[in-house]
Amino acid sequence: MIETLRFWAIVVLLGLGVFFTLVSTIGVLRLPDIYSRAHTASQTDTLGAGFALAAVALAFGWQHAAVYTVLLLFFIFITNPTAAHAIARSAAESGVEPLLAEEGDADGSDTEPTAATDGGDADGGETR
Amino acid sequence: MTLESLGLASGVGLEELFLAAATAFVVLAIAMFYRAVAGPTTQDRLLAVNVLGTNTVVILALLAAALDQAWFLDVALIYALLNFLMSIAISKFTVERGGVL
Repeated sequence: MIETLRFWAIVVLLGLGVFFTLVSTIGVLRLPDIYSRAHTASQTDTLGAGFALAAVALAFGWQHAAVYTVLLLFFIFITNPTAAHAIARSAAESGVEPLLAEEGDADGSDTEPTAATDGGDADGGETR
Repeated sequence: MTLESLGLASGVGLEELFLAAATAFVVLAIAMFYRAVAGPTTQDRLLAVNVLGTNTVVILALLAAALDQAWFLDVALIYALLNFLMSIAISKFTVERGGVL
């Protein structure tokens, strides 16, 4: 009974890991900007690797290798968003502009606060 | 190690599942090579290589579970350390010195 439960838990964890890594790969290949790619690579790939390593740790059971796997999971969980943050910061400091920077700074910031202050607190709270 | 005792009644064991997951990760890592080659900026290539390194660590852990070779996890741990160090060092050197070389 408990072995069957463990088997299906391993299957579900492996499927979730492959799914989230697939989402991360599609995001890195298809998103238009370095910042959005760093975003999807930091969180989705961390989640996919975490699920796959949890499946490995559950498959090993109570022995030394499971401790190694949990240590590896914790380490990847800490360092992968840190590395993505460092890459995005290096892109920002070396002059890579975000894709929507010109429109957002020139026109959008002028029109949006006036629309927000006109549309205001009274209308926005009641009519919607 | 009781991997043989687990499994479906239809003969699909846990080793085949781990090998199939490792194959899927290898395919996704090969697809990631497109961004590492064709990335417009250096940071795109660095991000793709970082994700490739994470995929490699997961593949090593899956193979350690599938082949029952626990020492693969030591290789995976050291690879994760070197991957993180590579990302931090290159992203620092591209700002301060304009490149690694």
